[in-house]
Amino acid sequence: MTDQKNIAVMHSKNLNTEKVKGKAGKIIGKIIVYAFLILMAIIVVFPFYWMIISSLKSLPEYKLPNPTFWPKQIMLSNYINAFNTASLGKLFVNTMIVGIVSTILSLVITVLSAFAFARLEFKGRDTLFAALLATMMIPGELFTITNYITVYQFGWMKTYTVLIVPFLVSVFYIYLLRQNFLQIPNELYLAAKVDGTSDIKYLWKVMIPLALPTIISITILKMMGAWNSYIWPRLVANDENHRLITNGLRTAFETTVAGEVDYPLQMAAVAIVSFPLFLVFVFLRKYIMKGVSRSGIKG
Amino acid sequence: MVDSKQQWKAWLYLAPAIILLLIFTVWPIINTVRMAFINGFDFSYIAENTKDEKIISIGIRNFADVIRNPFFTNALKNTLILCVLTVPLSTFLALLIAVCLNSIKPLQKLLQTIFFLPYVTNSIAIGMVFAAMFNIVGNVVGNDIHGPLINNPGIINYVLEFLGFDRINWMNNGSSYWANIWVMVIYIVWNALPFKILILLGGLQSVNKQYYDAAKVDSTPKWRVFTKITVPLLSPMLAYVIITGFIGGFKEYSSIVGVFGDILMGPPHDPGRLNTVVGMIYDYIEKRNFGIASAGALILFVIILIVTFINLWVSKKKVHY
Repeated sequence: MTDQKNIAVMHSKNLNTEKVKGKAGKIIGKIIVYAFLILMAIIVVFPFYWMIISSLKSLPEYKLPNPTFWPKQIMLSNYINAFNTASLGKLFVNTMIVGIVSTILSLVITVLSAFAFARLEFKGRDTLFAALLATMMIPGELFTITNYITVYQFGWMKTYTVLIVPFLVSVFYIYLLRQNFLQIPNELYLAAKVDGTSDIKYLWKVMIPLALPTIISITILKMMGAWNSYIWPRLVANDENHRLITNGLRTAFETTVAGEVDYPLQMAAVAIVSFPLFLVFVFLRKYIMKGVSRSGIKG
Repeated sequence: MVDSKQQWKAWLYLAPAIILLLIFTVWPIINTVRMAFINGFDFSYIAENTKDEKIISIGIRNFADVIRNPFFTNALKNTLILCVLTVPLSTFLALLIAVCLNSIKPLQKLLQTIFFLPYVTNSIAIGMVFAAMFNIVGNVVGNDIHGPLINNPGIINYVLEFLGFDRINWMNNGSSYWANIWVMVIYIVWNALPFKILILLGGLQSVNKQYYDAAKVDSTPKWRVFTKITVPLLSPMLAYVIITGFIGGFKEYSSIVGVFGDILMGPPHDPGRLNTVVGMIYDYIEKRNFGIASAGALILFVIILIVTFINLWVSKKKVHY
């Protein structure tokens, strides 16, 4: 490098200026890159910022001709009003019941199936597994129509059952966990068999602890699924007693023709619904990113 | 190790999954196809008291009904427009952001975290935030002599006016179709970015640095490095992101519910204007026109299949593995 520099200095001023230009170009390039990224980051964050400051404004302040970017007077009462207007308490309890029960049952089914596919040998195992994977390509709407009829005929309409049972099995989760189980050496299983350990005990003591990150990913995605589900619950259990949080939120603040909406109140409700997801994002982000990078499935 | 004990044990462990899959996945595939081809299959075909008297006629009337329904063709048009606009736009932006993120050191982790933020959200809830941002604040429907009472044009219009542009009626009474579409495009792209950035950045980070070093030695210009090295090496991830983008795009529904509301599905003066194919299928289910709903779902499935095959066919020619 120094040689090159010397030659440049010795032989030509032009070359030197070009080099300076190159360096300046590099710095300008970096500035452009950072400017672009920061601008995009602001665009990404802005809706969250707007949600929070709007939720803290009073309605007259929200309606001012020039919007304020920080509330003049912080109205925490919006949150209490929103909580009551949308009866978020009841919706929260409903969603938690559905989320927790379906997560537990779903985990049991997923662990047992993944174990069978990963460790046990039986006729038609690979064919069955391939068939399961093939069903992942079919859009969910195709199932919904018949499932609607099925749950109607079972008499499950407007129950918790209808929100839990049809979605207990997820081929994607079975696939994820099976891949994880396969990484655990088979010798461990054989050794446990020699010692006379039962399958369930082996699963509980060895497989589940070793595959814990994947199991946590599945739990988070399943809970988020209950929290964010909207379409199916609206069809089959959109009554006062079983309504889930997303449906309740949308129904409580249906757009009116006049367009006269109490936005601070609405934004407070939206913020309450978004808050648990924000906590998940802050503390459990890496588990979601791990699950997501292996599929395009949301929730 | 293959013994009969393991055989029945395996099936025992699989039993809950298989029983549920038979009821809620396998049977629906068969039954949806069946209902699609039974002319006029509606609620009376499953109601206890009328089911036995039904004369079943097989044909393609449901498909004809779907295709002839102007609401369905409108929904198909909306879905296609949203797909064609959002997939390239979000893929291009995500690629640009991923490449930029990959080229910096300070702040990389922080920015990466920020860009993942929209992924962990509720699409209905944040849709309501976008509605609040684009909406004109006030009573826009004013019939008295004073005309409509507009308090402020909304934060997006405020920013537009600040930058010297005219305000736009994005989604209120009297708004234009394309204004509505752009609101949806902006929201859907915003929502689609994190997944795409995550995948593309993961791809970039696993690219062999040697190619870039070679380019540096040859002092290849940045733009050529991007088009000749980065994009080809990233092409499997790009193909993946584009294919899943199209599949998701054809199933667009809840983002529109979030922004416009599930009763309106459009601006107040033209409800239903922004309905999508999936929205139409749910409308049919709610009206218990199961045959037509099934025909619509099959049409959607075939469209998705065709688009996926076209994507795969193109990527077979372009993708470098």
